[in-house]
Amino acid sequence: MQKTLTTTALATLLALGATAASAEIRIGASVSATGPAAFLGDPEAKTLEMLVEQINEKGGINGEEIALTLYDDGGDPNKARTFATRLIEDDEVVAIIGGSTTGTSMSILSVAEDNEIPFISLAGAIEIIDPVKPFTFKTPHTDRMACQKIFEDMQKQGITKIGMISGTDGFGASMQAQCKEVVGEYGIEVLADETYNPTDADMTTQLTKIRNTDGVQAVLNPGFGQGPSIVTRNYRQLAIDLPLYQSHGVASDGFIELAGAEAAEGVRLPGTALLIADQLGADDPQKPVVDAYKTAFEEKTGTSVGTFGGYAHDAFLILTDAITRAGSAEPQAIRDAIEATSGLAGTTGIYNMSAEDHLGLDLSAFRMLEIKGGEWTVVE
Amino acid sequence: MAELLQFLFSGVTVGAVYALVALGFTIIYNASDVVNFAQGEFVMLGGMLTFVCHAAGLPLPLAALIAIAATSAIGVAMNKLAIEPARGAPVVSLIIITIGASIFIRGAAQLLFGKQIHSFPAFSGDTPLRIGGATILPQSLWVIGGAVVVFVGLWLFFTRTLTGRAVLATSNNRLAAQLVGINTGFVMTLSFALSAGIGALAGVLATPITLTSYDVGLAFALKGFAAAMLGGMGNPKGALAGGFLLGLIEALTAGYLSSQYKDAAAFVVILLVLFFMPQGLFGRKSTERV
Repeated sequence: MQKTLTTTALATLLALGATAASAEIRIGASVSATGPAAFLGDPEAKTLEMLVEQINEKGGINGEEIALTLYDDGGDPNKARTFATRLIEDDEVVAIIGGSTTGTSMSILSVAEDNEIPFISLAGAIEIIDPVKPFTFKTPHTDRMACQKIFEDMQKQGITKIGMISGTDGFGASMQAQCKEVVGEYGIEVLADETYNPTDADMTTQLTKIRNTDGVQAVLNPGFGQGPSIVTRNYRQLAIDLPLYQSHGVASDGFIELAGAEAAEGVRLPGTALLIADQLGADDPQKPVVDAYKTAFEEKTGTSVGTFGGYAHDAFLILTDAITRAGSAEPQAIRDAIEATSGLAGTTGIYNMSAEDHLGLDLSAFRMLEIKGGEWTVVE
Repeated sequence: MAELLQFLFSGVTVGAVYALVALGFTIIYNASDVVNFAQGEFVMLGGMLTFVCHAAGLPLPLAALIAIAATSAIGVAMNKLAIEPARGAPVVSLIIITIGASIFIRGAAQLLFGKQIHSFPAFSGDTPLRIGGATILPQSLWVIGGAVVVFVGLWLFFTRTLTGRAVLATSNNRLAAQLVGINTGFVMTLSFALSAGIGALAGVLATPITLTSYDVGLAFALKGFAAAMLGGMGNPKGALAGGFLLGLIEALTAGYLSSQYKDAAAFVVILLVLFFMPQGLFGRKSTERV
């Protein structure tokens, strides 16, 4: 469960006692590498381990190596709380990254706030940073922003009436609720609102109902895992010729593979720059960071990069950037530096934090993508 | 009309998967009264091993055969290593052992195969068949056909063959079965091999539709178990009917009521059936002979 990457640094620490603590920067992480949220936590854990290795090979930050203590909370908020406490009290970390899910993030943030340790969450919900808490930040855009991006695109196409088919898992249910909250602002009406279980094998029933609802002009499917792939296949099986929108939950190459390039043709979704690394212009500020992460991750793990690993990448980037600028590894100094993050290009978007905004992303972080011929293309 | 037909196709597709899983439960139950909760893991292994072999370059039929054989071997190993050493323990303990085995297999699969979702191509392509304005995938027909063939096979096995009757006799009274010369150890080995093989076959047939990952087994086991209880535990006829009935109830509830209540409706029906017919629709009457 626990991996300390810099064993040499630890050995020195043991030899020299507490005075050696300044020779390394201790960072803690608690992610859901196993359990129901493993699809989030697994790439996050791998990303963090990889980045720490990379940075230490280059000599660390300000001449100090980074020691990462990584725990696997299995998606359990109680475990996350225990690990957060352990990270702060036993491992004496100066900052925490983690909380793959909203539940675990909420647990960690209460511990981090009490102990005044900066915490960067990897979960989607807006509640984590709204209202703003002094020591809590987050990297993923909110589900609400994904909904807004999709509805913006629908508005451009003149779509005013849609059907929704949502997974009943945490991600699908949360995004379904967020979308229904903001849908009115775009003059769009949800005529059909269907759900499916994440383990269901066939969604033709729900899709037939949506198809037979008069006036539906497009279909939106918030969900992740195998559900959206099956929805996409069933959509083609029923030969529904309305535009199909998926969520950022399936924004990875694996989705096209599972749904099949033929079935996924024409599917639109809001994704990050990571998916279209090869299509970014040379002058795109995100290009260098996206290319570097994609190459390194795919080389190390053999699996394609996804949005979720990117969240961990950005959290680590924000943290190391802040420590570098602060020139100190004191929690309070790190916190102040994170809040002053500006124009920092990550894989998810360009971060501009402020005292009022602890996320620092706007809608431009999302790019509306369309699958054409089994490849992601940018919709202008 | 086309709408109803589409709902029925959807229900039959899902129902056939449930029926295949439910059929896997019957043999071990018939041999030992144990409900094997690792049955879902056998289904997962069938799909997952086929994917692995297929991805390694083997042709699909060969990959499927290897997956089924390997899963049968795992079933036998599970009997030898986990169930047999605990022989004589109450049935409830054995059921708990199967839950432990399922967690073990799931964990091992997670380590060996990773957490990605996988699939392999459908046997007869992805072009849907159009019937009366509704569509069904050719793969659904494979699953339905598989369920029917397994059912007929099991029915013949339990009613027409000596070995099948030996399985039933072992379940009824192990000591008496031994006294009349039945090798009960062999019966148990055989029943685990067959159950695991049928589970793996379900996984092979269903994966192009349902997709597979290390953790799909639990959902399969729960739905298959519910279907088997509905039809009557231990009866192949019940497993088949229970599976299709469960699939159809879900699809029709989702179609005409709301997809939110799909699972609730299915379980309400199961509760009602069990309330009025505790043995399930086709279950054998359990009479205690003194």
